[in-house]
Amino acid sequence: MGIFGTLFILLTHRIIPCLDVKAGRVVKGVNFVGLRDAGDPVQIARQYDEAGADELVFLDITASHEKRNIMLDVVRQVAEQCFMPFTVGGGIRTIDDVTALVQAGAEKVSINTAAVVDPQIISQTAQRFGRCATVVNMDPKRVRRETFEEHRQARIDQGLFAPPASNESSDEAFEIFIHGGRTPTGLDAVAWAQEVVRLGAGEIVLTSMDADGMKNGYDLEITGAVAAVVQVPVVASGGCGSPEHIREVLTETGADAALVASIFHYGQYTIEETKAYLDQKGVAVRCLTS
Amino acid sequence: MIGIIDYGMGNLRSVQKALQAVDHSGSQITILHTADQISEADRLVLPGVGAFADGMKHLREGGWIEPIKAFIQTGKPFLGICLGMQLLFDRSEEIPEGVGASAANGLGIVGGEVLAFEGDQFGPGKLKIPHMGWNTLDPVGSPPLLEGLNKQPSVYFVHGYYCQPTDKSIVTSWTDYGQPFCSSLHQRNVWASQFHPEKSQTVGLQMLRNFASCPH
Repeated sequence: MGIFGTLFILLTHRIIPCLDVKAGRVVKGVNFVGLRDAGDPVQIARQYDEAGADELVFLDITASHEKRNIMLDVVRQVAEQCFMPFTVGGGIRTIDDVTALVQAGAEKVSINTAAVVDPQIISQTAQRFGRCATVVNMDPKRVRRETFEEHRQARIDQGLFAPPASNESSDEAFEIFIHGGRTPTGLDAVAWAQEVVRLGAGEIVLTSMDADGMKNGYDLEITGAVAAVVQVPVVASGGCGSPEHIREVLTETGADAALVASIFHYGQYTIEETKAYLDQKGVAVRCLTS
Repeated sequence: MIGIIDYGMGNLRSVQKALQAVDHSGSQITILHTADQISEADRLVLPGVGAFADGMKHLREGGWIEPIKAFIQTGKPFLGICLGMQLLFDRSEEIPEGVGASAANGLGIVGGEVLAFEGDQFGPGKLKIPHMGWNTLDPVGSPPLLEGLNKQPSVYFVHGYYCQPTDKSIVTSWTDYGQPFCSSLHQRNVWASQFHPEKSQTVGLQMLRNFASCPH
């Protein structure tokens, strides 16, 4: 073999199950046969590991701040028992939160609201733990152009970073929302993506609020627009209802990976059959035999 | 004892637990917090994530550099993982702002440089940097580290820079990312991988088993 002897296979697209964790328990149904405790994040992580998931994302949705330390225990256990890559996000406010998660064993941390509230946290994380460990999660939503402009004006009035909407001709804008989708920011999604990369993000997880939970497919428009301008990997998120949706977003937008939740958790499709489908359609995925 | 060097560059427990999962010889898998502990180790692992200059700074400040070099001199097995592989080289192109280029001088144990991925094939809509995810190893010959694996195993990578050894004969696998780069090497008793065996599921565990049981 050697460099001239073989046809190389390129980097494969990652298929990433996302688990919502509340006070140490996985809260969306996970439909694995023979799981003794369907809410145990460690057991579920192991099952996904065996099933051939390329990576896992744990999203801490614990509302109460006092119970947040439970997540550190979860991270510790997963890191010690599952030999696969995983990212932890949800509720990160400060660089100390980031440090605690990394020290517990998270190899990447995903920052969302805090990145908007205090963008310094992005550069601090990148400086301390490397760009590769710094993931920014963003939640864009389609809004009327006038609404976006009002919100953007409010940013300008506060002296904040406030770039114009990137799709100028449209009467819609993709606006970033924070606090779990409750608070508009006046930030344009494409411009914000470029800004977080400039600050040190090594990966972007883009969750379309319009598509999320609808199972009608990923939002190809905003995913494509972001993937076309940033040099870091983009993970498409929100809207997956079938393996075909994954094929669509991976082949039509330039997204590098796909985040998947309910179709796996509720046993509608397995990772194996999803990857077999993608492989058959010519999408480069890692199959378990290798 | 298999020692894992804790020089403040990331969490090392997954490396420790992965070694514990594969090593049945009963040897201790110990995270070393001070450089004088190196003398007790039969095998040594230098893991790490983060920036090259930070890594060197931490090695220097912890007094690790000379003990690491002395350990390698003894001929006992040594494994560098990811940043731990890059630090073995002479120098890196990864130089932080406001710091002299000497900050990116490495340990000089393996001849060569650590380079940035560059070229028209990289950028928005093309190959992304960092190189993140599962890619394939194309082994050269039958390297002992990859024993027991299929011909082109998939392993997990997360890195923005890659190693370019001067002596190509030490390369034990190539991986393609816009260009072929050295994804693992073997120079006498020094082994190194750019990918993360401790994150590469059963394939990675097999490699760690190979390292833990290789004769010396």
